[in-house]
Amino acid sequence: MNFEEFAAKPLLAAAGISVPKGILADNAKAAAAAAKTLGDVVIKAQVPIGKRGKAGGIQLAETPDQAFSHAEKIIGMEIGGLVVAKVLVEQRSDIKREFYAAVLNDPTSKGPAVMFSTEGGMDIEEIAVNTPEKLLKADVDIRLGFSLKQANELVAGLDLDGANAAIAEVLVKLYYVYQTNDAELLEINPLILTGGGDVVALDCKFVMDDSAVKRQAGLAASGTAEKLTELETQGEAHTIKYIELDGDVAVLANGAGLTMTTMDVVRHHGGNPANFCEIGGEAYTKAKIALEMVLAKPGVKSLVINFCGAFARCDVMMEGILGAWEELKPDLPVFFSIAGTGDEEAIRMLKARLEMDPYPDMDGASKAAVDAARLAGAGS
Amino acid sequence: MRIVRKHHRVLVQGITGKQGTFWTERMQDYGTQIVGGVNPKKAGTVHCGVPVHASAVEAMDAEGGFDASILFIPPLGVKDAALDAIKAGAKGICILTEHIPVQDVMYVMAAAKERGTLITGPNTAGSVTVDECFLGFMPAFNQRIFRKGNVGVMSRSGSLGTLMCQNIVSAGFGQSAFIGIGGDPIIGTTSKDALEALDQFDGTDAVVMVGEIGGSMEEQAAEYAATMTKPVFAFIAGGAAPAGKKMGHAGAIVMGDKGTYKSKRTALEGAGVTVLDTPSHVGDALKDALGS
Repeated sequence: MNFEEFAAKPLLAAAGISVPKGILADNAKAAAAAAKTLGDVVIKAQVPIGKRGKAGGIQLAETPDQAFSHAEKIIGMEIGGLVVAKVLVEQRSDIKREFYAAVLNDPTSKGPAVMFSTEGGMDIEEIAVNTPEKLLKADVDIRLGFSLKQANELVAGLDLDGANAAIAEVLVKLYYVYQTNDAELLEINPLILTGGGDVVALDCKFVMDDSAVKRQAGLAASGTAEKLTELETQGEAHTIKYIELDGDVAVLANGAGLTMTTMDVVRHHGGNPANFCEIGGEAYTKAKIALEMVLAKPGVKSLVINFCGAFARCDVMMEGILGAWEELKPDLPVFFSIAGTGDEEAIRMLKARLEMDPYPDMDGASKAAVDAARLAGAGS
Repeated sequence: MRIVRKHHRVLVQGITGKQGTFWTERMQDYGTQIVGGVNPKKAGTVHCGVPVHASAVEAMDAEGGFDASILFIPPLGVKDAALDAIKAGAKGICILTEHIPVQDVMYVMAAAKERGTLITGPNTAGSVTVDECFLGFMPAFNQRIFRKGNVGVMSRSGSLGTLMCQNIVSAGFGQSAFIGIGGDPIIGTTSKDALEALDQFDGTDAVVMVGEIGGSMEEQAAEYAATMTKPVFAFIAGGAAPAGKKMGHAGAIVMGDKGTYKSKRTALEGAGVTVLDTPSHVGDALKDALGS
């Protein structure tokens, strides 16, 4: 779960990391009023996505009038497919130097990593590619946490204009915020040194671990839910993972790997998947709702259903499919491949109730679905 | 241990639950040597024919102890259960649970590393040592999916790994062992670890690796594959997936140019691994390499 800058910065402030004074505004008038209070300001689009500056979503304003006109342009602007609904009006800082600081989950060390670079302002991928030697990393034993001693060692020897100790302290506080809030990524970019010698977090990116949202329920309420389509929202309500795509071959399978692969095989045979929809794990009893969802997407021309039972039983999934099919009676060509736990019973049910046989493998079923979609496309 | 054998003594934490009971019975039927279970509230009782202990530490103190533990435990209980097994001195722990907070997983990994405990998972369907034993919820007993043979199989996905195993059997081959490594971004047994374990496992003449987009585990496994003499075949799921979306598994996400299908395919092919376009191609590929 992503947190926008305005929702993430208070966490830093609460831990004692300096952030600029700011006021959130959802209209130009409010932005102008905020500028009147704060003086020289920066108007920043609030969307949980990078490259806001390049898209024109960050503007300087010296007067309330300027703040008004910038905010008017930024609110409603689209950045990376997201419409800007709010701006953060923030007191402008006197930037002397820009650094990069972050704490993240590192799959290689299987623990947290504290990252620091003197090359702030760019994104971490650019730093890693362009100047890898300038990206410092400290592996942390999560049982012990990140100590001031480790932080001091990380930045020792760097020319930070005398701010080494202050920056080490920020890193320790940053780790604390990461750890207490179940972050998977907590990044300050840039972390600045002001002309007056203060260390200030000018931006903050906070991504909460989706698996921790339940135990962080209070904080999660101020996070930004992923932008979902109507069908995707419906899927989430039923704990079925459904992702809407732009093709016309509907896909339904059990398990993330198998579902992805069904999409791949559809693509391999020249087709375009209409969705990702999986009913793996405990969701395998929800085949009926899942089928209703994949059928609900407009423009779907064929359907491939691919079951490989392990934990999920093919016969239980088939019962759900047949129940929905008999109820909805969709006029849509459908192709099955069925294997694994409960497959023989599932195949018998398919034969008895839809008078159909499955294909011997998913390649056959997927190719048939691609051909059928093409035929339907040519006919319409 | 990364591959459980029939002489290994296995503890089931969460044995009395619905899934724990169902799969303990399947494992026992297949040959897994289940020596006990854990449920603090039912300590002292017998379940599935084995004693239920208050903790893994107590189970280790009981006669014969145990070698490996398998967890049928809900997400927020996994950290304590796994730490209990580590403290008890388990050699291996298999964690099936999905949606465990990642910081809990990292805590368990740090403790396991210190004690030399090998973790498989989280978010795995388990593992199968064909005709010996299995852990988790794998259809080991289905003869059309698992048959004794000389192909080692590893997979991030349970369903796709099962499909691959079925394709291998349909083509007239069989497996030595299957290791489900799990679909989470941070897991105990990585693709490289599993590849190495299968490479060194008796009776294995080829390895099939089922990976997926996200992370860089397949790239790291490729470095090991380059040193192998046995043929390796790989299928990577998610080539058609859009970037920036978690495809069902928490670990299956392309971020910018990281974790892409292309990066994995290039690395594996560079290491001499045959990358299959679809899972159905595995039969012909094995016939070419091993003869039919």
